[in-house]
Amino acid sequence: MNNIISVRNLTVVLGTQKILDMISFDIERGEVFIILGGSGCGKSTLMKTMIGLIKPISGEILFDNENIVSSEDNARQNILKKFGVMYQQGALFGSLNLVENVSLPLKEFTKLPDDAIELVAMMKLKQVGLENFSEHMPSEISGGMKKRAAIARAMSLDPEILFLDEPSAGLDPITSAELDELILSLSKNLGITFVIVSHELPSIYTIADRVIMLDKKTKSIVASGKPIELKETSTDAWVKLFFNRKGSNI
Amino acid sequence: MKEEVNYSSPNSTSPENTGTIVLNNTLNDVTTSHLWSKYNNLFQDEKIEYILIDASEVENCNGIGIALLFHFKQNAIQSNKKYEIKNLNPKFFSLLNNFESLHTTKQAPIQEGKMSVETIGKAIEDNLSQLEMTIEYIGEISYSFLRFFKYPSKNVRWSEVLLVIEKAGVDAFFLICLIGFLFGLIMSFQSAVPMERFGAEVFVANLVSLSLFRELGPLLTAIILAGRSGSAFAAEIGTMKVNEELDALTTMGLNPIYYLVLPRIIAGLIISPLLSIFMIFFGLLGSSIVIMSFGYPLVTFINQATSSVKYTDVLSGFLKSFTFGFIVSAIGCISGMQTKEGASAVGASTTNAVVSGIIAISITDGLFSILFYILGI
Repeated sequence: MNNIISVRNLTVVLGTQKILDMISFDIERGEVFIILGGSGCGKSTLMKTMIGLIKPISGEILFDNENIVSSEDNARQNILKKFGVMYQQGALFGSLNLVENVSLPLKEFTKLPDDAIELVAMMKLKQVGLENFSEHMPSEISGGMKKRAAIARAMSLDPEILFLDEPSAGLDPITSAELDELILSLSKNLGITFVIVSHELPSIYTIADRVIMLDKKTKSIVASGKPIELKETSTDAWVKLFFNRKGSNI
Repeated sequence: MKEEVNYSSPNSTSPENTGTIVLNNTLNDVTTSHLWSKYNNLFQDEKIEYILIDASEVENCNGIGIALLFHFKQNAIQSNKKYEIKNLNPKFFSLLNNFESLHTTKQAPIQEGKMSVETIGKAIEDNLSQLEMTIEYIGEISYSFLRFFKYPSKNVRWSEVLLVIEKAGVDAFFLICLIGFLFGLIMSFQSAVPMERFGAEVFVANLVSLSLFRELGPLLTAIILAGRSGSAFAAEIGTMKVNEELDALTTMGLNPIYYLVLPRIIAGLIISPLLSIFMIFFGLLGSSIVIMSFGYPLVTFINQATSSVKYTDVLSGFLKSFTFGFIVSAIGCISGMQTKEGASAVGASTTNAVVSGIIAISITDGLFSILFYILGI
C-alpha cells in the first residue's frame, strides 16, 4: 500500500469538549478521500488537525512516515508546504485580484522571477477555468468562482495533497458538478491526492474513491469504504439514514 | 554533475542555426528558478532559426516545470523561430497542451495620473451616489431622532444604549482622565514659564480653565471619541453589512437605523458631555499642580479659575459637547452603513469614520466660534 497520510489514534479536545476520540485511518496516494458525517461531528476539526491548525492531545499524523504532530517547527513547515488548502468560503484576500492571490505563495516560497510567477499563476487559473478573470477582485466574482480561485491558489505550489473544506456547500447543482469535474480532472491528470470534507451526497458518489464517516455520539469513525458499498451493505442505522437521506425522527 | 541546460552554437555538433536547450531530470521551482531569463539571448539571436528543447531526461515535472516549457515555447513563437520539444514524456506533453489557448498578455491597466473623461465621469458619479446615500442616511437618522423625542420609550432599545455607553464611555474613562490631566499639566507648564518673567504666572489658571471649559475640553473629548468609538461603530456596523446582517434585520422588518444607529447616537449624546466634564476636571487638576509648584496655594488657583469662567462659557462648552457627540456617532454609523464588499472595505469605512469625524468636528467648532461671536457670548 502507498499511503500518503496515516492517522493513528488521534484524539482532539477543544476547550473541555472531546471532539475526536482515537481516530485511525490511512489515505492512499492519488485517491479522492472524503471525510463525511452530520453537522457538528468533527469533520472540519479533523481536517484542521491534519493541516496543523489544531494540536491533538494524543495520536499521530504521519505524512510519508514523518509525524506532523511531534515534528520540529521547521520540519512541520516543510511538510505543510506540500499541502494545499481550500477553506469553506474560499478565504481569498479581498485586497488582491485573482492572479495576485494565486501568486502570493509563489512569491513567498520560491525564487522564481516575477514574470515566471505570473505565468504559473495564470496557468493555475486556466486549470480552474478562470484565466479570463485574472484581474478581477474576489468581490467581483460569484461564490463558485471564488471556490475555484481558492483551489487555484491552493495548487500554486504544486502540493501533493489538496484539502478542501465543503467545496460544494452553497453552490447550485451545475456549478457543484463543474467543481466535481475539476477535482476528478486534477486527480487524474496531476495525480493530486484530495482530502475533502463534505456531506453533499451527489458529489460524494461522483468523486469519492473512499470515505470515512464520523459519528457525533461516539466521536469516532462509524463506517469506511466506497460510498456505494456503504449505502448498499452497511448495517449501521445512522449510516443507512445518512446515505438514504432520511431523518432520524421518522 | 550534468549541466542542466546547454546552449549549442551553430558551430557545435547540433545542426547549423540550431539552439539547443537540454533539460535535466527534475523540473520544479528550485531547479528552474535560474532558467527563466537565462536563454533570452538564445531566443533573440538572429542567427538561430531553430530551437530544440531536449526533454529526454525529464522524469519529474510539476506545474512550474510545465510553465517553464510553455515559457520557452512562447518565446520561440514570439521571436519567429521554429521549435521542437524533443522526447517529452507524453503525460507532461498532455499537461502542456492544456495551456495551448492561454493568452498571457495582460489587459493594459488604467494608468494612474492619466485622467480620461470616463475616469473623471466615474469618479463624479461615485461621489454623487455617495453623497446621495449620505443625505438619505442623514434624513433617516433625523426622522428617527424626531420620533425618539416624541415617543422616547417606544422607539429605542435602551439595553443597547446602556451597552454602548459602557463600551464607548465607561471604558474610555481612564484614557480621557489621563489625557486631560497631562494636557492641563503640559499646557500650564509651557505657559507658566514665559509668563513668570512678567510675574503673570498666576493667570495661567485663567487661561487654562477658560480654554478647557469653552473650547479644548469638548474638542479633545470629541477627537478621542472619534478615534476610539466612531471607528468602532463603523467597524461593527460595517462588518454586519459585509456579513449581510443588516439585510437580515431589514427582512425581519427591523429598521437598522432604529435598531443599530439610534442607540449609538443617543449613547454618544450622553457620554460626550460626561466625558468632557472629566476631561476638564482632570485638566484643571494637572494645571493646579503646576500653579502650586510655582508657590501659589490651591485656593488662589480656584479663585482665578472661577473668576474667569462664566456660566455662558460652561453652557457653550456643553452645547458643543452634545453636538460633537452627535456628529461622531452619526458619522461612525453612516460610514459603517456605507461599507462596500470585503474586509478591506471595513478598514476603509473605519478610516473614513475617523477622518470625516475629525474634519466635521473642526468645521462645527469653527461655526460655533462665529455663532458665539455674533451672539456676543
